[in-house]
Formats: sequence, C-alpha cells, structure tokens
Amino acid sequence: MFPAIPNPTTEKSAARFGEKDMIRRSASTITPPAKRQTEVAKLIDVSKCIGCKACQTACLEWNQLTEDVGVNVGVYENPHDLTANSWTLMRYSEYENPESGNLEWLIRKDGCMHCEDPGCLKACPAPGAIVQYSNGIVDFIHENCIGCGYCIKGCPFNIPRISKADHKAYKCSLCSDRVAVGQGPACQKACPTQAIVFGTKDEMKAWAAKRVADLKSRGFDKAGLYDPPGVQGTHVMYVLHHADKPQLYAGLAENPRISPIVEAWKGVGKYAGLALIGLTAAAGVIHHLLQGPNRVTPEDEENAEKLAEGKS
Amino acid sequence: MSMQNDGGGAHLRVRRYSGSARVNHWIVAISFVLLLLSGLSLFHPSLYWLSGLFGGGATVRWLHPWIGVVLVVGFIGLFLRFFSQNLPERTDWVWLARIRHVLKGDEEYLPEIGKYNAGQKFVFWSQAILVAVLFITGLGLWEPGLAWIEKTFAFKATIDQLRIAALIHASAAVLAITIWIVHVYAAIWVRGTFSAMTRGFVTGGWGWRHHRKWLRKEVGEGQQSRVTPAE
Repeated sequence: MFPAIPNPTTEKSAARFGEKDMIRRSASTITPPAKRQTEVAKLIDVSKCIGCKACQTACLEWNQLTEDVGVNVGVYENPHDLTANSWTLMRYSEYENPESGNLEWLIRKDGCMHCEDPGCLKACPAPGAIVQYSNGIVDFIHENCIGCGYCIKGCPFNIPRISKADHKAYKCSLCSDRVAVGQGPACQKACPTQAIVFGTKDEMKAWAAKRVADLKSRGFDKAGLYDPPGVQGTHVMYVLHHADKPQLYAGLAENPRISPIVEAWKGVGKYAGLALIGLTAAAGVIHHLLQGPNRVTPEDEENAEKLAEGKS
Repeated sequence: MSMQNDGGGAHLRVRRYSGSARVNHWIVAISFVLLLLSGLSLFHPSLYWLSGLFGGGATVRWLHPWIGVVLVVGFIGLFLRFFSQNLPERTDWVWLARIRHVLKGDEEYLPEIGKYNAGQKFVFWSQAILVAVLFITGLGLWEPGLAWIEKTFAFKATIDQLRIAALIHASAAVLAITIWIVHVYAAIWVRGTFSAMTRGFVTGGWGWRHHRKWLRKEVGEGQQSRVTPAE
C-alpha cells in the first residue's frame, strides 16, 4: 500500500503555491521564480484499475460539474468522450494477448497529462489563460480564456474541450486547489484500489518502479512507466503492463510531442510573419523616400485633353 | 501645380469606378482592415492589445469569423465585377520584364496599359486565391463553421488537419497583408489614384500616364457620360 495522504486540518492555511510560482504563462514573458517547487505527479497504475469510475464521479463532485445524461450505444465509456464537464474519462480496451491467449481488459483513466512542455500553453494566444506552476501543474485560468480552441490544436493528447455554455476551454486542473492545501487530487482520494496515487514526482517514479518490478514478476515483462520524454515528461504518469505498446490503451500516444506544425505556427511562424509584413511596409517607405511620388504632369493632362478633343 | 488628387478641377475627368463598385470595394476594404487587426491580435502576443479595439479576445474570437464572411461575400462581388479586365495579356509580360522602369516611374518605357497593369492583376488574382484559402481554413478554425462543414460533408476533422488549417490560415493571412500593403502603397505612390475609389473619377492625365490603352477606349467609345471635358 502507498501511504495515504492524511486528511487536511481544519486550520486555515496559506496556499502552498500561486502566481509567484508560475514558470510559464501563455502569450506572456515572465521571470520564473529562482527556486522551483518540488514537482508533483499523479501516478495511474492501469494494472490496478478496476474501471469503477469513482474517479470520474469524484472529479465531477469536487469540481461541481454535471455531465449531461448520455445515450447508451453499447460501450463502457460514459460519457463517450471527454467533455467540458468530464475532465477525466475511463477508456476501456479489450485486448487479446497473442502470447498468453488471455483476454485483457485494459482500462485507462484519460485526462490532462500536465506535460512539462505543454503544447496547449504554447499554442494559446490569450495572455495568462494557461499557466504552468513550478510544481508541474498546468492550469487553465478561465477568466483569461477567449475560447479560440488553439489549446486543442496544441495538445498532443487531445484533452481540452470547449464549453458550449461559456465558450471557454476546460480540462483537468490536477485539483490545483486541493494540491495548494496539501491534498491529493479528488480522483486519487476516491480511488478504491490505489490505482491512482499522488505525491512528488520522485516518489511516484520510485513507487512505479516497485509496481513495474511486481508486474514483471507476474509475467508482464514489458511492463513499464509511461513518462514520455517527447514532452519532457508528464506530471500524470501511467504504469502500463504493455509499456512497449501504449496504443493498446485506447490509442495512448506512442511518442507524444508538440506537433511540428504547431511549433512552426507558434514558433518561427509568428516572427517570420511579422518580419515579412514589416519588411514590406519598410520597402514601401524606402521606395517612396528614394523615388518620390509618381505624379501626373501637366503634359499628361494636355495629351489626354487632345486625345478627347480629337476623338469626340 | 495643377495636379489635383481629388480628380476634380480643371482637368478632363474620366469615370473609373461606378458608385456600386466603390461601395463594394470599401465594404471589402473595411472588413479587411478589421480582419487584419483582429487576426493579428491572436497572431503574436505583442499584438494582443489590438483585441481591446473590439472589446477583448473573446469578442475577437466570435467576431473575426463573421467579418470574414462579410469580406468573402464582398470579395465575390469584386471578383465578378473585375475579373474579365484582369485576364492576363501579352503586354503583362512586357510590363513585368520592365519592372525596373515601373519602380522608377519611367512609364514611357512601358507598353500602353489597359484598365489594369500586371501588378494590379497580380494583386487581384493573389488576393482572390488567398481569400478562398483563408475562408476554407478559417471555417475549420471556427467552431460553428467546423460543425457546419462536418455536418454538410459528413466527416470528422482530425486535430492534425486543424493544425494544418491554422498554419495555412496564418501564412495566407501574412501573404494577404503584404499584398495589401503593396496595393495601398501603389495607390499612395501613384498620385491621383485615390479619387478613383472615392469619387469614382481620375483625371485624363492620370489615365494617359498610367492606363493609356484604357483611356483611349473610354474616349474612343464616345461614352461622353463617362468623360467630363475640362472647363
């Protein structure tokens, strides 16, 4: 058992992190704090998940969200996809393992991975709508969100959703409000099998190593930790029994990274674009300075009048 | 100096644009400038303050696409009005080959030009293509627009397709803005041009200097109503 996070005190306490701990702020340049907080992480052990959806319910409950009543189309997922209200979703895959001949029910809790290199934040055009704290949490600040949906294009995991009600983007906050007072995320608190555990990133990696060793001893020799280096690691990690085939788990990205298209658009593109516009305008000014205006001469007017008289 | 920028005064005045063509042009021009300002506000963080002109980023997010719809409708009007006079002809290649003389304003070295020179035709066709590209990619970036295409054509756009749409939209917008700068600059540099789009007239001398073939046609066809003699 991973030691449970104790219940909070009833004493009022100051938030453990806030604006001063931002290391990135969308569409803004900020000076990151000199000292970085200990990085936190949520570890989702897929091999221990029983698919009960307590985490989904706890997420709705804590964040005061209500999901629409859905339609049963004969699948386990409910709702059918992440929504602006459902920030986490159990995704169920049935896998016939060709080696063992077993039918494996792979259940992955989908949601924001809190990338160290967040694509949503890099794509966001609204200053301060997406922030990253030094403890690794990537949070949406809804009062600054303009609802453009660029974060959806930036995200390598297809996580953010735009609300039809207020046209703002929503995703898992890693319960930044709970973490700020020393608690773990609501989903972790609700998980009955400790498939979800929360702590510092180092603790989570150490715990994952034990779990991986255990899984290997049970014949899952490809078991491993999913902490993808393409986004410089994530603050939500998975223990997978088939870490060599993450796509088995409802299409979990094999090597996620910020799309080169997004990098071109939001990186070199915006500078090159402004430079091209600026150079064109400068060329006009220089041409006018060197060349002077192209004026119609009195002779031109006379010629035109002669032409008109001759013809009419 | 007898030259007058308003096209009025003591010179021969030649009709260049009808009232409806001018209204059409200015609808497109105003929407273009609004699109430019609102689009640039989301293009680079240093220009985000431009969104304040529209009432904030959230307003830009829904307003920009609708202005785009206005521009597209307006541009179709301009396209239908002007495309027949923007078809390429042999003299366009001569004009382009002698672009150095064009930039120096040495128009005696250039062939006689019809209503539009090769540069104006380039602006016309490139903007026509860019407006089409911006409209199609813009639909993909616009929530109601995307919902509409997905429903109409019964498909679901992938996120990679939308990323490509965003990149193409931004690139096409940058090109459209540079070509717009060329368009506006040409109208400033070639004095006497603005009156064509404000009052609808240019002076005879302007026509003689820059579009002599067009002037000959206007005068030659005896369209007296279109040519007002000098007083």
